[in-house]
Amino acid sequence: MSALFILIGISMVLAGSFLIAFIWSVIKGQYDDDYTPSVRMLFDDKKESSTTKTN
Amino acid sequence: MLANTLKDKHSCFHCGEPCITDVVVNEKHFCCTGCSQVFLLLNENNLCTYYDLDKTPGLTAKGKFVSERFAYLDDVSVIDKLVSFRSDEQVNILFRLPQMHCASCIYLLENLHKINEAVIKSQVHFEKKELFVSYNPSGNSLRKLVELLAFIGYEPAISLEDDAAITKNKFNKGRVIELGVAGFCFSNIMMLSFPEYFSGGDIEPGLKQTFTWVIFALSLPVIFFSARSIFISAWKGLRQGIVNIDAPIALASIITFGRSYYEIISGTGAGYLDSGAGIIFFMLIGRWFQSKTYDALSFDRQYKSYFPLGVTVLKNSKEENIPVTKLKVGDTIVVRNEEMIPADAVLLEGKANIDYSFVTGEHKPVEKKLNDVLFAGGKQMGGRIQLLVQKEPSQSYITQLWNNDIFTSETNSLKHSKESFIHPWSRYFTIVLFSIAAITGIYWSINTPEKTWYAVTAVLIVACPCSLLLSSTFSFGSMQRIFGKNKLYLKNASVIESLAAIKQIVFDKTGTLTQRLAFKPGFVGTPLNAEEEMQVYGATTHSSHILSKAISNSLLVNEKAATSYFKEFSGLGIDAVVNNTDIKIGSSVFLGQSESNENTMATSRVHVQINNQYKGYYEIPGNYRKGLHAMAHQLCHNGYGLHLLSGDNNAEEANMRSIFGKEATILFNQSPEQKLNYIKNCKESSGKVLMIGDGLNDAGALMQANCGIAVSDDAGRFSPACDAIIDGSMIPELPKLLAYAKWGKKIVLAGFILSILYNFVGLSFAVQGKLSPLVAAILMPLSSISIVSLAGLLSGIVARRIGLSTKTDESHVFI
Repeated sequence: MSALFILIGISMVLAGSFLIAFIWSVIKGQYDDDYTPSVRMLFDDKKESSTTKTN
Repeated sequence: MLANTLKDKHSCFHCGEPCITDVVVNEKHFCCTGCSQVFLLLNENNLCTYYDLDKTPGLTAKGKFVSERFAYLDDVSVIDKLVSFRSDEQVNILFRLPQMHCASCIYLLENLHKINEAVIKSQVHFEKKELFVSYNPSGNSLRKLVELLAFIGYEPAISLEDDAAITKNKFNKGRVIELGVAGFCFSNIMMLSFPEYFSGGDIEPGLKQTFTWVIFALSLPVIFFSARSIFISAWKGLRQGIVNIDAPIALASIITFGRSYYEIISGTGAGYLDSGAGIIFFMLIGRWFQSKTYDALSFDRQYKSYFPLGVTVLKNSKEENIPVTKLKVGDTIVVRNEEMIPADAVLLEGKANIDYSFVTGEHKPVEKKLNDVLFAGGKQMGGRIQLLVQKEPSQSYITQLWNNDIFTSETNSLKHSKESFIHPWSRYFTIVLFSIAAITGIYWSINTPEKTWYAVTAVLIVACPCSLLLSSTFSFGSMQRIFGKNKLYLKNASVIESLAAIKQIVFDKTGTLTQRLAFKPGFVGTPLNAEEEMQVYGATTHSSHILSKAISNSLLVNEKAATSYFKEFSGLGIDAVVNNTDIKIGSSVFLGQSESNENTMATSRVHVQINNQYKGYYEIPGNYRKGLHAMAHQLCHNGYGLHLLSGDNNAEEANMRSIFGKEATILFNQSPEQKLNYIKNCKESSGKVLMIGDGLNDAGALMQANCGIAVSDDAGRFSPACDAIIDGSMIPELPKLLAYAKWGKKIVLAGFILSILYNFVGLSFAVQGKLSPLVAAILMPLSSISIVSLAGLLSGIVARRIGLSTKTDESHVFI
């Protein structure tokens, strides 16, 4: 049963680090905007040089 | 007929509007030179992906562009106020761009650096409609940047007021962290409690001790960090002598945690920390759920948001641009065409033709003579004028309205809280709860005195009023979301209760029942060539009739038309000589055409005759919204009293009467103060009043009413201070929306009843002194979860039954 003591310790540390990661991401503003990044990633940068003066 | 003529025309490649004046560039059609110029700019910079992402994403270029408008942005004090960071190499600034509406906007705005090389980085926050730009000040000025944005159609909404948005954001972040911590601690406490519950007491003492102390440690952040807002609010209430909704919750938490800590420290039991943490976690979820805010909308606008920020002052016969806040009495200012008068002033020079539609709602420019006083808020239509400032902008006639005490924030914040029907309920609940606790205490102190304390605290723990509160927060929260999906954006959830209590509905006419963005007139008949269009323009531009205005605005004529003769026949038409050509514009009677019943509410026709030759007619779609008849009829049927207050003259009285029926009160020529006072009297004599209006002239009435809804045809645009903002297209749906608000009370009641049933079960254990931590741990989260799901489910079902949409309209994402 004493293994449980170690396991509890490990689980608390693990879960705690996830909590810290969550708090860090909130403070850094990762949840501020949940729409724009999903659109931004779709923009194609490659077109830049190839489409010059085709229009 | 109109549809046919429009079908033949191309729609603008840039903005999608039908091309009345067809401008062809690179084999693409544009509705005006403005749009084509924006296209050329984008094409030059390889940004044509803009047009691939969304069909005709552009915003109609206004055609005319007055660059002096942004001259005040060269002022250093203004720049300092607007930018968030400034050094010699880099300037950071955050703009609000209410026009942002699709993926193409994001693409274009994030590629600003391709158009203007001085831009280092531009980043969009779509939901807040914000654009963050950092640029190099040596290659660019703030003014140039704003002018570029305005040119491509995204004119920033600039306010020199201190922005509250940033602090609001921080506040929300704090809430999310509190919620996250509570959730983390709650789930871990729950998990560590299981061994004890399921082992039936058969657990190794060392292990049990460890579990208990880990739970103890985990509960500390919940009560001292996550729950602090509840305690602070309860304490603030108590200090003012009010038992608010947080007080019983704070008391229940203190008892739950206090007793649990006592049991753990004294070694007599495991306590109820899992239920205690659960209460706080669910409470916080409820609040977070209800705190849905519409970041892109502003509900608390002041008159200052409407006024120009910069003004041209004449000093020693030299023009100088200063921010309006620096304007003093005795300054001479210059106001150009389409510019707004920032302060009450006397006309010194020039021909003043002032449109006060912004203040009064009436769309008819008033001519003023020299030495006349011009009031702030009027718009100059015509040439340049010089004015002598009489009063500071903050002391002007129109701003006096804001000195009315209904605008003070205190009365405003109390407006809804007093009316809530949950508060009396929670008071009864608290009284009943304390009586049960007292009876239990007396009973046990007579029979088994050592059990008294145990039973009394158990009663208080299990019968926490939070399930009552959860019922209302979740019901109103999800209703607020459904309202939002139907384009009625509420300031907060308590507005639902105000809406449900409404007895009288007061409408404004202009902008509310009529559409601001009316369709462009289409021409039917022999097509006019450029020369003829210019002649029509020359004739209509001199008339202030609303139909003439619609026609002259739709014609984009660059050259000057020389009008040598002009005569307007009231109610008939115009006779004019433009560029030596005789031109007659007006009704069929005026031109001697066969009379037909042509002017209906749906469309009006204006006939054109050039050099005694009949050319055809302009068809101008009426600007009344569709479905008004049905709406008014339905509202009347549902027992609401209808009122119409218009700043306009009574020309439309017959139309209005036909919409609203005989019993409605219809008043014209109402000043903003008259509107405000009318609402005040109506409130006293006939019950709760709902005001629906737009524009500055309704601002006082909107505030005075029990509930004020501002109408906007474009949710990002300015609207006065109000409780809710409705999209213009949803006005006909008003009966449904009000019916839904009335259902809110019933949905909350359903949740109340469910939570009372749970309380019966829990209390029956507690009064017997048999409440084990296991029973509490099962009962409390179960009741919370079932109440939350009931609230969500019911609000969805009711919305569908009434006929409201429960899905977001994907084609037009505001939020």
